[in-house]
Amino acid sequence: MSSLQSTTEEVLRLAAEHFKVPREQLAPDDDFFKKLGINSLQALDLLTRIEHHFKIELPDYELQGVSDFRTLAERIQLRL
Amino acid sequence: MKTFQGKTLSWRIADGVIELTLDHAPCNEIGLAMLADLEQFVAALGTLKDEAHALIIFSARSEGFCAGGDLRELFRLSQEVTGAERLSGLRNFIERIHRVMNALDEAPFTTIAAVNGLTFGGGFELALTCDLIIADKMARFCFPELRLGLIPGFGGIPRLKRDLGNAVVRDLILTGRSINAAKAQSAGIVSQVAAEGDSLRVARETAAQLKKFDRNTALAAKRFIKQIPYEELRREIDIFCELFMRPAVEKGLRKFVESKDALPYLP
Repeated sequence: MSSLQSTTEEVLRLAAEHFKVPREQLAPDDDFFKKLGINSLQALDLLTRIEHHFKIELPDYELQGVSDFRTLAERIQLRL
Repeated sequence: MKTFQGKTLSWRIADGVIELTLDHAPCNEIGLAMLADLEQFVAALGTLKDEAHALIIFSARSEGFCAGGDLRELFRLSQEVTGAERLSGLRNFIERIHRVMNALDEAPFTTIAAVNGLTFGGGFELALTCDLIIADKMARFCFPELRLGLIPGFGGIPRLKRDLGNAVVRDLILTGRSINAAKAQSAGIVSQVAAEGDSLRVARETAAQLKKFDRNTALAAKRFIKQIPYEELRREIDIFCELFMRPAVEKGLRKFVESKDALPYLP
């Protein structure tokens, strides 16, 4: 099972790669809406990529109120 | 007519395949303009059927196949009238949508929805009228209507019930959660999952395969396999209209309309 730290790192890498942001500019506690400049439609796209990458199902209502990478990784971790 | 260019969509027929392209910003919302174009399309089915063995419906919008009903327009129009007039206007719109959806469902050839991105609400319902759904791996399916105090109104529940087990229908409708293409395939909604950006190519390959078969046999098979749940569809119209008239729906729609978010009803 992956650790929270490695899951967070994977999420940061996925987000950086997809939204074309240098990885080093993203930190676990960043608000991904603000940092990536994305709206909820793009966040849903990220969710789909996360589901594919981690081979999990993550209902969007579990992400209600989640806006930072670390908490997102915690939610993913609960499904691994 | 071999080609048509409407305000919100276009179609053309080539080599026996009709390609219906939805292209209405931001994400092919179904309002009066889209409905009028779809009505023109289904009116042409009678003449197209002699030349076509397949129909592919797809989106030219990168955001998705279709985000559903045009709720902003629906809210605006519903605010212009009150009481009985609001109800009759809504019922008229829903009845027209159902006629279009039923005509697509009954189309006298095999129909394929090649979906990408958002396939939500009325967009999901449009895809469900098709015989096959081929999904881009990044497609996402959702019935968010309960968040607005409504049920799907364009034939969604009866068509889902036709295709899926009741537990899956309850999951999708009662939680309002969105699911990805892989989940939709495992549930039995999607027939094939294509690579990102590749659903139209896969749909075209599939349409080419369909051409190998006798058209009348394919139609007989389709009519035997795919019954149209008319009675439940009528009941859905009644329930939708009844729910729509409640103040909670007006409140939900207002919140949606006033939101600046791209998907105000999620999560």
